[in-house]
Amino acid sequence: MRQNEMGNIRTDRFQMALKEKSGLLLVLLILMLIFGFLTKGRFWEIANLINLLRAISLSTIVAFGMTLCIITGGIDLSVGALMAVSSTYCAGLIEHNAPTLVAVLAGILMAFAMGTVNGFLISRTPIPPFIATLSMMTAARGVAYMYSGGRPIRTPTGFGAVGNGYLFDIIPYPVIIALVIMIIMSILLNRTKFGRSIFALGGSREAAVFSGIDIKKTLWSTYALTGFLCGISGVIWASRTYSGQPTLGTGAEMDAIAAAVVGGTSMAGGVGSILGTFIGALIIQVLNSGLNYLNVPFYYNNILRGVVIAGAVLFDMHRKSGRGSVTAWFKSLKRGGDSADK
Amino acid sequence: METIVEMRRITKRFGDVMVLDDVHFDLRRGEVHALIGENGAGKSTMIKILAGVHGADKGEVFVAGAPVRFENVRDSMNMGISVIYQELSLAPTMTVAENIYLGQMPRTSFGLIDDEKMIREAYSLLKRFGLDNISPVAKASSLSVAQQQMIEVLRALSRDCRILIMDEPTASLTDKEISKLFGFIKDLQDQGVAIVYISHRMDEIFQISDRITVLRDGRYIGTKITSETDYEELVSMMVGREFKNIYSTVKGSPGDEILKVVGLNRGTQVRNVTFSVRRGEVLGFYGLMGSGRTETMRIIFGVDEAESGDIYLEGNRMSENSVRNVIKKGIVLAPEDRKEQGLVLIQGIRYNISLSIMDQIIHGFRVDREREDRIAGEYVKMLNIRARSGYEQPVNTLSGGNQQKVVISKCLAATPKVVILDEPTRGVDIGAKHELYRLITELADSGTAVVFVSSELPEIINLCTRVIVMHEGRVTGELSKSELTERGVLKLALGGKLSATK
Repeated sequence: MRQNEMGNIRTDRFQMALKEKSGLLLVLLILMLIFGFLTKGRFWEIANLINLLRAISLSTIVAFGMTLCIITGGIDLSVGALMAVSSTYCAGLIEHNAPTLVAVLAGILMAFAMGTVNGFLISRTPIPPFIATLSMMTAARGVAYMYSGGRPIRTPTGFGAVGNGYLFDIIPYPVIIALVIMIIMSILLNRTKFGRSIFALGGSREAAVFSGIDIKKTLWSTYALTGFLCGISGVIWASRTYSGQPTLGTGAEMDAIAAAVVGGTSMAGGVGSILGTFIGALIIQVLNSGLNYLNVPFYYNNILRGVVIAGAVLFDMHRKSGRGSVTAWFKSLKRGGDSADK
Repeated sequence: METIVEMRRITKRFGDVMVLDDVHFDLRRGEVHALIGENGAGKSTMIKILAGVHGADKGEVFVAGAPVRFENVRDSMNMGISVIYQELSLAPTMTVAENIYLGQMPRTSFGLIDDEKMIREAYSLLKRFGLDNISPVAKASSLSVAQQQMIEVLRALSRDCRILIMDEPTASLTDKEISKLFGFIKDLQDQGVAIVYISHRMDEIFQISDRITVLRDGRYIGTKITSETDYEELVSMMVGREFKNIYSTVKGSPGDEILKVVGLNRGTQVRNVTFSVRRGEVLGFYGLMGSGRTETMRIIFGVDEAESGDIYLEGNRMSENSVRNVIKKGIVLAPEDRKEQGLVLIQGIRYNISLSIMDQIIHGFRVDREREDRIAGEYVKMLNIRARSGYEQPVNTLSGGNQQKVVISKCLAATPKVVILDEPTRGVDIGAKHELYRLITELADSGTAVVFVSSELPEIINLCTRVIVMHEGRVTGELSKSELTERGVLKLALGGKLSATK
């Protein structure tokens, strides 16, 4: 009897999570159906679907960290630059014949250290996250250029397995790594004190203080963890391209923010989920790759992506507000929007 | 007096919930008409319909005898209706004049803003209402809360407002500021402005209003002429039953000393504060705004650091006073500002209750959901928290009284020895107040020490077993139950100079 009840509670929670994401999944499905129809089914081929996953694998790893930062009410603009630092250091050490494992760890460690500096600035000084990570973004990019001498660092083959190998000859390793990280991050956010502290901090910083939550530690760990994830992503990238690129991840911060926001994370803080960010990244990539498939010129592709990001967020917010019909929504806009409802 | 607004048979539902059911209201020129009722009685919805924020499902609104239908806030503004909400909406970095004329600043012939004219007009408006001590070029952020409130009213008046709705305007004002605001309201009345006044403070309502309309559970209960009714009658109209004595008293006598504070100092706000609390006692802390009560409690709770002084819990000196440690050792605080400091508003009831006991509920990667649900359930039941859709209901959808109960649940979940409540009844309706009073005495009877900080004299005098009064950061006196009188407490709160000030 008791077992049964617990079982029910668990499925309830799962169903609730799905229900919460139903709007996003619907958007994803509609997009995929449209592209499936327009490409006469080619879009749904296994190879293409796996390509989709591989294309987002490295950017989602970073976006998961970004999601945590945004939930605390902050942001991390340095993610792309940290990826570049990690990839150049990793490749550089391999070029100098360091053992692969050492090179990989060193690359990750560099990004982690820089994330720690972000965390220090944000938790111990009054510099706001936007400015602190903007400074780090600039400085870290400089470090990557300095170390690599401004050119890509080539690595010999043999290092490429992590980035280019397949599990069972079909699923790329980066996809596996991204999925594993997704599960770990999900657990971290939903089942640990750290995760709850992040939500409390973003929901109300003062309430978190009055509840005895260690704000400094929470913030510091969040940005350090994000740096660590950037490190992993950068190293895999180096492996995949046999090179360390100082230009790697230019604009990656914006992609990560877009994935998080499309996935339902609120820029105001206090709301968001890892699964949401994953679906958000998928939506953007499906659109991207679908439009490519249809040979839509690059410029139009960008315009449409911009429209869809805004549209997906609007659609999801509307569904969550539970106002029902679209006409009711227009009425509320006429009355001055939701803000009038105090 | 002519009737300027009439609302007839107003009905409004939100989803399945009937918020207003056949409600009447009328407002005459130059009167102050108080609208009262418990939280959730429908007052806010009523004024939002009058302000054009919501549309009524049924019923009619007449302004100056003609039926009107407001599509939005602008429509009602054009009919001369303005609302002053509880939360101030001035732009803090803009000047007084800019704030008054926001959205309708005078222009020069080139289409630029005519600063000189704007400041001149603002000045004459300030002068007309006896506010010449406020400079039109001062930044809004440099004004006191009361002054800001008056500027908001002036903004409404500059839009030719004839009907002013004030929602709890005194919630964050000091007594002195309140009397200033009331003088201002009288001036408005003399100039023919009709005022709808919403407040939980009954003494204010008797002081300022001409008529009083009572709502309960979305229904119209009645309208009384203020001079012909009394407190008891209004309360029973609001609550729906006889309400004689809402205060409860502690039965047992206090036990041993549990918390002792010696020579606490921090800036000018806390100066050499010394006191102690016993088990089973309700120790009141009274003082006017800025007297240092809240600041003292913040130090004890570990939010701020003391410059000097010691705190002893059960005889042991407390060191390493982080909030987390203090909670662990058995002292909890329900903060003054429950929305900002007490709760994570977008999260649910259960989340908030377990926020201060995460150590007990989450072990590594495992959340003890069963225990979390059980604790939440226990307090929801014990404190009678009314939530429509279970433990996950976000607390920002609860009424003020229920939010306060969640804050207190969160405190009690940490199984404290000392409970500090800072203004727990502010903005809470009378039914919930009654429940809170009972809870406080029950806590004391079970051996917990309760420190009760309040600005409301009646509850300080009726509920507490002992009262400490503060003035400008210092403890000016301590009164035992038998010595408690309103006059005595007030005298100490004014620094012992009652005869000089009045």
